[in-house]
Amino acid sequence: MNIIETLEKEQMRVDIPAFGPGDTVKVHARIREGQKERIQVFQGVVIRKRKGTTGASFTVRKISYGIGVERIFPLHSPLIDKIEVVTRGRVRRARLYYLRNLRGKAARIKEKRY
Amino acid sequence: MVKKLFGRKLGMTQHFLEEGKSVPVTVLKIGPCVVTQKKTVEKEGYNAIQVGYEPKKESRVNKPLRGHFRAAGERYFAHLNEIRIDDPETFELGQEIKSDIFNVNDIVHVIGISKGRGFSGVMKRWGFSGGMKTHGSRSHRIPGSIGCSATPGRVQKGKKLPGRMGCHRVTIKNLKVVGVRPEMDVVLVRGAVPGSSNGLIEISKV
Repeated sequence: MNIIETLEKEQMRVDIPAFGPGDTVKVHARIREGQKERIQVFQGVVIRKRKGTTGASFTVRKISYGIGVERIFPLHSPLIDKIEVVTRGRVRRARLYYLRNLRGKAARIKEKRY
Repeated sequence: MVKKLFGRKLGMTQHFLEEGKSVPVTVLKIGPCVVTQKKTVEKEGYNAIQVGYEPKKESRVNKPLRGHFRAAGERYFAHLNEIRIDDPETFELGQEIKSDIFNVNDIVHVIGISKGRGFSGVMKRWGFSGGMKTHGSRSHRIPGSIGCSATPGRVQKGKKLPGRMGCHRVTIKNLKVVGVRPEMDVVLVRGAVPGSSNGLIEISKV
């Protein structure tokens, strides 16, 4: 195999659950404050997932005290402690940017039914 | 002590550091470099070792070089380069020097041949700002005035003008080594390195 691919594969994490746009996830992010390290949980809707090897990332959107907050996480970052999938949402597109213009009831996402 | 080695640039990717930061890295394939000749002050007038890298078939080597390689242990290489060192006697002919002479966090200089850009204009070659794009201007990418009139009546020497760009030997100084993988003969350095992927490079410790 190509050397660059091998190096990238070494860096990729295998413990990340499968999730996609529309899913609500809890991201446990490690945060370093001075010497101490703590874990901050960021819960919200995944509005986009970018493909890639080590460069893959995803964006989580939540409403915090009435203000929309989006955070972009590198998918394979060592700073992510774990990702939990809370609900799976039924959406019809890959990029949910339309959620930015919606608020309240309209911004809800239907849960996936199997 | 060898401080310099030769190899190829494989390409760029992204690497996570231990503290979680993601940095751009260039992957360099180093040697392995094999000592093919020792040069000493008594014989050649200076101290150095000659190294070969990237093996080549014996049948592809011309006869004079074949003799040279035979003296150094029947291994044939596509490239030969010299490394100036103070103590060539401490090396054996046929000894392999691998990428493990570099350590993580070392500061290195990397030399490569920059990508050729052909005959380019002054905006690309020298960063001139060019002329106006609109308002009836017709001097979009031209250099403008290149000198005075009757005095001196000629263009100054060294005036920046269009011409061949790139394909020069370029040194990038003070790059940090992010990772070393001697088993793959690979060194990862932070940031970009001159030249195209698969271009030949030289890497030396400061």
